[in-house]
Amino acid sequence: MASSNSDLTQPLSPTTTLSSARLRPRITRSHLFVLFLLTTTSILALPVLTIASFIFEPASDVWHHLASTVLSDYVINSLLLLIGVAVGTLTMGITSAWLTAMYQFPGRRIVEWALLLPLAMPAYIIAYTYTGLLDFAGPLQTALREGFNWQYGDYWFPEVRSLIGAICMLSFVLYPYVYLLARASFLEQSVVTMDAARSLGAGPWKRFFRVALPMARPAIVAGTSLALMETLADYGTVQYFGISTFTTGIFRTWFGLGDQGAAAQLAAMLLGFVLLLILVERYSRRQAQYHQQSTGDSSHQRQPLSKLSGVIASILCTTPIILGFLIPFGLLTQWAMGETMDASFFSLVWNSLSLAFSAALLALTLAIILGYGQRLMPTRAVKTGVRVATLGYAVPGTVIAVGIVIPLAWIDNRIDQWATDMFDHSTGLIFSGSLFILLFAYLVRFLAVALGSVESGLQTIKPSMDDSARSLGFSPFQVLRKIHLPIIRPSLFTAVLLVFVDVLKELPATLILRPFNFNTLAVRAYELASDEQLASAAPAAITIVLTGLIPVILLSRSINRPNAGSSS
Amino acid sequence: MKPAKLVMGALVSALLLNSASLWAAPEVNLYSARKEALIKPLLDKFTEKTGVKVNLVTGKADALLTRLKSEGKNTPADVFLTSDAGRLHRAEEANVLQAIQSKELNASVPASYRDPEGYWYGLSLRARPILYVKNKVSPETLSTYEALATPEFKGKICIRSSSNIYNQSLVASMIAVDGEADTETWANGLVGNMARPPKGGDRDQIKAAAAGQCVIAVANTYYFGKMLAGGDAAQKTAAEKLAVFWPNQKGRGTHVNISGAGVTAHAKNKDNAIKLIEFLASNDAQSWYAQVNYEYPVREGVKPSNVLAQWGSFKADNLNLSRLGDLNSKAVMVMDRAGWK
Repeated sequence: MASSNSDLTQPLSPTTTLSSARLRPRITRSHLFVLFLLTTTSILALPVLTIASFIFEPASDVWHHLASTVLSDYVINSLLLLIGVAVGTLTMGITSAWLTAMYQFPGRRIVEWALLLPLAMPAYIIAYTYTGLLDFAGPLQTALREGFNWQYGDYWFPEVRSLIGAICMLSFVLYPYVYLLARASFLEQSVVTMDAARSLGAGPWKRFFRVALPMARPAIVAGTSLALMETLADYGTVQYFGISTFTTGIFRTWFGLGDQGAAAQLAAMLLGFVLLLILVERYSRRQAQYHQQSTGDSSHQRQPLSKLSGVIASILCTTPIILGFLIPFGLLTQWAMGETMDASFFSLVWNSLSLAFSAALLALTLAIILGYGQRLMPTRAVKTGVRVATLGYAVPGTVIAVGIVIPLAWIDNRIDQWATDMFDHSTGLIFSGSLFILLFAYLVRFLAVALGSVESGLQTIKPSMDDSARSLGFSPFQVLRKIHLPIIRPSLFTAVLLVFVDVLKELPATLILRPFNFNTLAVRAYELASDEQLASAAPAAITIVLTGLIPVILLSRSINRPNAGSSS
Repeated sequence: MKPAKLVMGALVSALLLNSASLWAAPEVNLYSARKEALIKPLLDKFTEKTGVKVNLVTGKADALLTRLKSEGKNTPADVFLTSDAGRLHRAEEANVLQAIQSKELNASVPASYRDPEGYWYGLSLRARPILYVKNKVSPETLSTYEALATPEFKGKICIRSSSNIYNQSLVASMIAVDGEADTETWANGLVGNMARPPKGGDRDQIKAAAAGQCVIAVANTYYFGKMLAGGDAAQKTAAEKLAVFWPNQKGRGTHVNISGAGVTAHAKNKDNAIKLIEFLASNDAQSWYAQVNYEYPVREGVKPSNVLAQWGSFKADNLNLSRLGDLNSKAVMVMDRAGWK
């Protein structure tokens, strides 16, 4: 045991069990693999690096202006938002994941997948609906005023469009990240471990806090950091609520003040936040490694709850669904009444679906390559490369889009120049304005989502298992295909689902990078909503949610089979 | 060898695709910062009339401008359309537009709403007047934007965030006449008079005024028009509690901004591009803006819709619109310093 643990810090070098005669070609191959990993990550990091390179533009008066007026607001509000969303998503996500994974209570089978529904709800849409409902001019407060004959200032009512409001909105739609990853991890945890804890006299709370929670920590941290990165990248909600954060600041500085350099400096500070998040996460995880001893040899039994506890569990698990899905969906449906959908709607649905599906599969493939690559070659260069490649998740879509347009159009123009010189024929723009560039943008934005899921899955597999398989003559690829992938299947499904839904909702990058005459549901919903035509936006918003439902239901079925595939 | 083959394959197919466009149907490619719902119906009419197909990408003005700039001479875009004069000015300065000569456009678009050299042409006009709650404010107490900062309006004003281009260009227009220092003093006063921290869009300000949170709102006319004439009963009831006041009528006039378009510097379909802009300035299209979108036509002699007509005519600020682009960043800084969120 001790020796295999010390191997953790060493690369799982393919040479350990092989004779020196075969050493040379193997090393070359692993070098090539490292080179491949680094090239892939560099390409993915290109947009973020492009933006970061603007930092070297000379610091302008605008920067001093920002520093002396609004910068402290940006920092404080962004921090408060992060803390609030962390608390909100952790509370809702872990509670519901633990209850549905471990206990049997009324309605469990339904809430299990229904808890994922808010995922399909774009944050800005939920912000619009809650404002419509709870705002001073909304139906609820109007009814109160009319019922009690109150005037403005006569009564207190929580203000939706506030920092607290933004924290709630974002938590309502982002907690599923924590729920999904934590739940997958709870289910992947071996039953034997729990039984052992129980037989040692640990009560349910102790089992949760001392055994399950620490074991699920990589997954929970991954889920939370996804939620927090998405929070940092959010523009629609904070902008509508009038909260000055880094994102609104970047837009203001870039487009209002017209200062690309100062905007990039803000973006760099934002990336600083993300790096800090990642470092804290890495550091906290470094101290301990948790792997399961065995997988899936015993069926997962849920413990039945007493009547009262069962009701409490049901309520705890239904509340997030009501807040994050039923209320906003109900309002949208009400708004959509009387709106018409034309035939172009089908092409919107098709565009959204096909893009989301292709992007999800591509992201999964890349995540597996990078995640497993990191496991095989945990060198500093590879690890850093992978981290940088996933930074795009925390950068607002518009900024990413600009970071993509600039280098790719440059490459396009180079190719065109070359073709003109060589063949006397212009190629025009090959990448720009194609679906390729759109898929690339989605990978840059959402690879972090897929990778977080795949990594947390891989981490539950003991490295000694790799070693044993390798000593039995499996190639690294066979280890991946025959051992890892079947074990972490729930995590793979999670990765596909998350990217799929994220792409379905993605807006700013799609808006700018798409080809001519190409629309998606999110584009349609946003264009109308941002023009303050909420009712007209409702059908598209509802369709995003409904379209998102299909994979949510399909995939949640697969997740429901704990340790699926381990017997194959 | 394989990657090389792939590259060649990609190049060959790119060549084929490219040459295919040589004998394709006539078309024109449009980058539009106007949202699809606000432009597509007109484009369809253009295609119906001329047989020229319009390919459309919509997006945020500055992002489209970046795309246009980086695509350089290979850009597919023939026409760049935005909903703000400042952005047209920025595009002109970035050398992505070209000057065109069109007798028809010079005749239909008044000189104050187009670039003197023909880099861009205004197509529709929006005004940003003061709206007041009818039974709570007497219009005699209102006069200018400047007066909104006086203490008598303490806690009475609803206006949206300074991140919004409409407020940025309003403040820019004030800096142009009042100077930066006076405008900052004004902005400080206005922030002190706000009934609540700025949030939401223009419609939200109107709704808040109707519900009693404030008595004065600053908003674009077309939002007000859409609330009055749209299908939503609650919005209609709210809007009916307010009326339009045209500020600064004794002085420079009410602040206006335009949506407009220009032909790109490297347009491949230049003739069709000009045709499209000419169509958008034609009588037909101009009355569509008025009837459907409650904007004011730029072209003289086009009848405004009934909703617009009931607010009466007004004197519009005749400031050269490219100044709005020049002063935009100063405006943002002034609002930052004044604490206008």
